[in-house]
Amino acid sequence: MEHILEVQDLHTSFLTSSGEVKAVRGVSFTVEKGESIGIVGESGSGKSVTSLSVMQLLAGTGRIVGGSVKLNGRELVGLSAKEMRTIRGKEVAMIFQDPMTSLNPLIPVGEQVGEMLWSHDKALSKAEREARVVDLFQMVRIPEADKRLKSFPHEFSGGMRQRVMIAMALACKPDLLIADEPTTALDVSIQDQILKLMRSVQKEMGMSIMFITHDLGVVAELCSRVLVMYGGLIMEEANIFDIFEQPLHPYTMGLIASIPDLNQDKKKRLQPIIGSPPDMIHPPAGCPFAPRCPYACRICLEELPPVFRAGEGHSSRCWLLDEDAPSTGNPLKNRKEGQP
Amino acid sequence: MNRQPPVLQVEGLTKHFPVSGHKVVHAVDDVSFSVSRGKTLGLVGESGCGKSSCARTIIRIYEPTAGRILLDGEEISTLNQKQLLPYRKKMQMIFQDPYASLNARMTVHDIIAEPLRAHRVCSSRQEENEMVSDMLARVGLNKEHANRYAHEFSGGQRQRVGIARALILKPELVICDEPISALDVSIQAQVVNMLRHFQEELALTYLFIAHDLSMVRYVSDDVGVMYLGQLVEKCEADEIYRHPLHPYTVGLLSSIPVPNPRMAKAREKSGLEGDLPSPIDPPAGCRFHTRCPYATEQCRQEMPQLKEASSGHFVACHRIFNR
Repeated sequence: MEHILEVQDLHTSFLTSSGEVKAVRGVSFTVEKGESIGIVGESGSGKSVTSLSVMQLLAGTGRIVGGSVKLNGRELVGLSAKEMRTIRGKEVAMIFQDPMTSLNPLIPVGEQVGEMLWSHDKALSKAEREARVVDLFQMVRIPEADKRLKSFPHEFSGGMRQRVMIAMALACKPDLLIADEPTTALDVSIQDQILKLMRSVQKEMGMSIMFITHDLGVVAELCSRVLVMYGGLIMEEANIFDIFEQPLHPYTMGLIASIPDLNQDKKKRLQPIIGSPPDMIHPPAGCPFAPRCPYACRICLEELPPVFRAGEGHSSRCWLLDEDAPSTGNPLKNRKEGQP
Repeated sequence: MNRQPPVLQVEGLTKHFPVSGHKVVHAVDDVSFSVSRGKTLGLVGESGCGKSSCARTIIRIYEPTAGRILLDGEEISTLNQKQLLPYRKKMQMIFQDPYASLNARMTVHDIIAEPLRAHRVCSSRQEENEMVSDMLARVGLNKEHANRYAHEFSGGQRQRVGIARALILKPELVICDEPISALDVSIQAQVVNMLRHFQEELALTYLFIAHDLSMVRYVSDDVGVMYLGQLVEKCEADEIYRHPLHPYTVGLLSSIPVPNPRMAKAREKSGLEGDLPSPIDPPAGCRFHTRCPYATEQCRQEMPQLKEASSGHFVACHRIFNR
């Protein structure tokens, strides 16, 4: 398999007046050619910081303090801003959460998308650029594409603005598209349209997608592999079916139990995960999820669990998978033995 | 006294906002429903459909353009602000954004005590302190939290403060305007369970506004679907998910991403095409006809009325009654 993206032991921190916020604390994963991978987690889990580290777009005091990010085999950590600009947009592009604020309100949308083309190919004439933008607008299904080039962002609805953002991201046919909660600000009906669109452009262009979201439903619709993040670490990694059917981390299990599905018995209470996420200035010494985990043992509070492999492409950071873990009251041991 | 009036009854509620050029935004148009004591009515729809305007008009943050609002059978839509004061005690609101809806310069104690002070509930400072710490305990916060400021709390904790503020006056009607959509999944379930617990304990009546349809089904007894300011379908919560009648409801339901990869990959999705039209110039006839796959000439000209299709199931669609 061909790795588009290879992240090794990435550490990213923000230096604030109250201390170093260790937002990402050693994350390793790969993205293969043409696959769509989901990164799931709640706010503060480090999922967005991971994607911004890949893009080298960390704001203000954010620094990659360790690890490596390889895109198409080339190391990105340590590249100059100028070198990074030739890669951004061309090899890796990003769609942001808020289509309202990520477009410039003073510049017509056609020009904003055209700028992306221009910055990577200065030889393109204005007419050629406009023709390409019309093609892109048609590809993202903006109706009457040729007439919308001169429109300003405020003349578009939220869903249409997100289409413009997607057109911009696709302009230079990137190998990897990072989508950071691209549908969170949108209504379900529009979210559905955007997800369909992303599926179809992926099929057309064969690129890889890294999809960052807190919504397990969206992941189920779009991704083939999932990373579950918590407290700056990848807690579980598995293919889409195993994550939902054979989760091997209490956090993943908790996430799944806390969303009602449409067949939920209404008399039954939802099972929330008690407590709240850890403080990343002083991350817990042990497993970051231990204070909220119903199965936590003493070792969980003291020592960070290593990554346990539990089958083809399935791994989990949980002491319950250790050889010495007790088997009574252990939800993961029983499950593992139950497997053929 | 043979029958208690519903806690909230809304008849023909209309709210228009004037905009430049002598035009009006039809935010809420002729909406009628009622909610009985201890029940929850869920209101769903896309953003801009008028569900929040509807809530804010009921609680008289906005003045209604037309229609009647009855709280416990008493009309409150014609009262002035002063006359309204005793009724304000009976209806409270929980807001969407726990960051914007709490005053950053007030301590949590002051935020929760403010309704008590506005209505002069407590005769002494000590009584106030007791009520506030009791309320804090009931929403799962502790006494030490009382002297802190909102920025020291996480989103879920802030929403607990918002709930404490809404419930401290022991209201009858609580309007929850997207109370969980700004929260993380693991926290959403905590807040929803807390709202359900208080409903059972205090016999609260909820108007629950949300765009997360699976959560709405889970918390509501009845569900109303709004489109461009109008109620297009209303019935018992399970019924609307099992037998949706209005093409808009059908489209909305099929847009929900299912947290089940096998179902998600297997099912044929219809979804909704296009965007919500402008509420300044809503389409003539049925307002949904521009996006409806079944629209006919009749739909383009004649506005369908909300009528009972089967027992307790109301829908405004020509197609349902013509077949």
